[in-house]
Amino acid sequence: MTDILKPDKMPQVEEAVRWALTHGKALEVLGAGSKRAIGRPAQTDLTLDLSGLTGMLLYEPDELVLSARAGTPLAEIEAMVAASGQELAFEPMSFGALLGAPSGGPTIGGVIAANVSGPRRFKAGAARDHLLGFTAVSGRGEVFKSGGRVVKNVTGYDLCKLMAGSWGTLAVLLDITIKILPRPEMELTVLLFGLDDGAAVRAMTAALASNCDVSGAAHLPAIVAARVPSIATAASNRAVTALRLEGVAPGVAHRRAMLERAVAATTVAATDVAATDVAACGEGGAIEGSASRELWRAIRDVEPFAAAHTGADRPLWRVSIAPSKSAALALAVSGGVSGSGDAQVLYDWGGGLLLILPPPFGDGGAALVRSALAAAGGTFPASGSFAAASGTSAATGFIAGGHATLIRAPAALRAAVDVFQPQEPVLAALTKRVKESFDPKGVLNPGRMWAGV
Amino acid sequence: MALAMPEPDGAVLERRDRIVERLRAIVPGEGVIASVQAMRPYECDGLTAYRQLPMVVVLPETTAQVSSILQYCYAEGIKVVPRGAGTSLSGGALPLADGVLLGMAKFNRIREIDFDNRVVVAEPGVTNLKVTQAVEHAGFYYAPDPSSQIACTIGGNVAENSGGVHCLKYGTTTNNVLGCELVLMTGEVLRLGGKHFDSEGYDLLGVINGSEGLLGVVTEVTVRILRKPETARALLVGFPYSEDAGACVGRIIGAGIIPGGIEMMDRPAIHAAEAFIHAGYPLDVEALLIVELDGPQAEVDHLAARVESLAKECRAVTCRVSASEQERLLFWAGRKAAFPAVGRISPDYYCMDGTIPRAKLPLVLRRMRELSQTYGLRVANVFHAGDGNLHPLILYDANAPGELERAEAFGSAILKLCVEVGGVLTGEHGVGVEKRDLMPEMFTEADLAQQQRLKCAFDDKGLLNPGKVFPTLHRCAELGRVHVHGGAMAFPEIPRF
Repeated sequence: MTDILKPDKMPQVEEAVRWALTHGKALEVLGAGSKRAIGRPAQTDLTLDLSGLTGMLLYEPDELVLSARAGTPLAEIEAMVAASGQELAFEPMSFGALLGAPSGGPTIGGVIAANVSGPRRFKAGAARDHLLGFTAVSGRGEVFKSGGRVVKNVTGYDLCKLMAGSWGTLAVLLDITIKILPRPEMELTVLLFGLDDGAAVRAMTAALASNCDVSGAAHLPAIVAARVPSIATAASNRAVTALRLEGVAPGVAHRRAMLERAVAATTVAATDVAATDVAACGEGGAIEGSASRELWRAIRDVEPFAAAHTGADRPLWRVSIAPSKSAALALAVSGGVSGSGDAQVLYDWGGGLLLILPPPFGDGGAALVRSALAAAGGTFPASGSFAAASGTSAATGFIAGGHATLIRAPAALRAAVDVFQPQEPVLAALTKRVKESFDPKGVLNPGRMWAGV
Repeated sequence: MALAMPEPDGAVLERRDRIVERLRAIVPGEGVIASVQAMRPYECDGLTAYRQLPMVVVLPETTAQVSSILQYCYAEGIKVVPRGAGTSLSGGALPLADGVLLGMAKFNRIREIDFDNRVVVAEPGVTNLKVTQAVEHAGFYYAPDPSSQIACTIGGNVAENSGGVHCLKYGTTTNNVLGCELVLMTGEVLRLGGKHFDSEGYDLLGVINGSEGLLGVVTEVTVRILRKPETARALLVGFPYSEDAGACVGRIIGAGIIPGGIEMMDRPAIHAAEAFIHAGYPLDVEALLIVELDGPQAEVDHLAARVESLAKECRAVTCRVSASEQERLLFWAGRKAAFPAVGRISPDYYCMDGTIPRAKLPLVLRRMRELSQTYGLRVANVFHAGDGNLHPLILYDANAPGELERAEAFGSAILKLCVEVGGVLTGEHGVGVEKRDLMPEMFTEADLAQQQRLKCAFDDKGLLNPGKVFPTLHRCAELGRVHVHGGAMAFPEIPRF
């Protein structure tokens, strides 16, 4: 029996889902397959490959809107909007380098389904914030739509948010409409060298709390920075903290000066902070243009932890956490100084995102990362009523102040440990009901996120 | 009231005394209001054409009380209507005769201000403006700024996914909320999100935003705060043709400039506002744009010059750049007072809220003028031009027989027009009861059924705010059935590999 269905007409998707429903089969929903190795290994009977459903449906640069078939390659969309001086402002990362995925890159449907984002997350949002509307086939085999082609829209539930990050478990996307934004005229990245993790997070916090409109804030410990060609030489075996400014030239120049003052005040322990500049806290510098773009692409795609550097089987975690807690979490995972021992960490989103290569434990570091997250991120709530009312003990560690996803691991490990953050019972039950409201028979990617969902 | 609401449940109404007594046991003191006189302020929200006294009003103070109330109502099959400040313009908080009105006004404390993580944790009854006021001493603010921000609450903002004049650049509520505590109709409490980004599973927080109080009751909200831009300047640009004003907005955005806000007013709105505020608006133009640029001084000056030259290319006849903060605020004062200004020239007005693709503006304005003649009612337009959100104000007199009905029919025609040109029924005011029966203009039965199935996942008995958003109520069991058509075919047409 053939095991891949590749529709080239829209109604065939509906047909395939209805067939699966009738025959009690499960479908693996696939775009280009660039993120196929993320999630629990799926137990499916057939693969539904959407990469044949391609094509641009609408692009109106003045209206900042684009519609395309879900199987359209992201690269094609990016090239088209770039020709009009525009971009997808959420800077979707590519998992190619991390996962050794097939060439050609992701489809736009896959980018939405995984709620992909990039270093601009804290300023511009993720895929969820840019999806304006969609058409999809539910697990009930019904075509439905939500949203529209305008930014301001509160007509009915915002199912766009639900589609983003559902990993193909609720519905098969057919068409998507996204927001497009102007590409900044120029970018410049201020580099700070030699900060330890705690000082780096403080510097990034000061940068993000300033009115410099920073659009990227990342910290690469020395061993990590050494693997990024655009900064390796300048870093010369020191850690690099990078702060990106984008906009029109006069604005960027003005904000650079402001930013250097704001950051200097936090990185210099000395009493006389007002008169210092970046040079005083070690050595600083700045890169522009293609060097800056190269750096942020490397950070976005987590190139320092690419299969080529670490091995394709080395477990990698992606942790979202309150920025001020990130250094403590990294410290707990590395058991000392990050980047010096077996664990390696990359900070993005001003500390709000950690990419963690834990020490080589049998569970891929699951226990270590999740307990460190619970300890550093804290468990909710402050009020006792929550635990009492929900019947959940905060001490179970379920309700962490963040979430950790095992973004890369061999299939056997992904089957053995929770890939997505475990949920407390009330949330888990609600999640299951939501899944069933779209896909009552478990036809679409069953079990990819959690067992039984 | 011509609007059909769910039939009151006689069995529930018969038990009213017992229900009030039980609620008093959960919320002691003055937190339960049962007299007709005292319940009167709750009989309507900002959509005052519709009024209904609730069965009882309850004002809880803690999450545990909310949980107990909902648990009790769930067990007893009693409907619940949540309410924030009651500023909804779509009747989202319209009570039900056999329903408990759950007022969240006592949840009015800010629980935490965390500058390091740039968030504020607030109870849902805190007003939108209070969030900004709590952090402005440190140079921060909360970006979404609905016109009702003095009165409207954060909880209500979440329910309606409220916007404001700065959405184009800074997003609506959903883009600025990081977490919430939510009580389900069963009384179960859960947390979604926190101080970190993105959901740890399905983005249920994203669904709660804009769910109009139909999915759960929010008891705490974590919002992002932003640093105030260094400076802001506004340009006041007048056009003899509204087509040129519309084109100018497209040119500005097409040139890569995303202003903090772009507002447009048509001739009737300009005249009403100028007569009221004396902001110095030109009176001999068909359309007026207010373009606000924010950021560092050097950047704002640079962009202001570019916008000015684009405006001239688009045949603007007047263009003034604010030279001081005082002048910037004056430019805005007229726009911000547009609704009360229109209120001065008409006994009543009906505020609409459709969104259209921006390029369709000239067409929509022209058709609206025709509709104005057809219905014999005047209309003034204010418009969040950057994001295509239109607020036509239909002028009428409620005391003139038939005028309210005519205003409503005119309003429906405008919203249908918005959908026809590729837009939507509501940009920021919500569906509520007002646009409920227009939903089929935009959605198929399958679209609406899927939305209602999601509602069932949160509220299987349909007790939370029923009668809002959906034109037809279906039982969850009925919606849940799977009917497969044509599934037996083994898709001979689909390419296989």
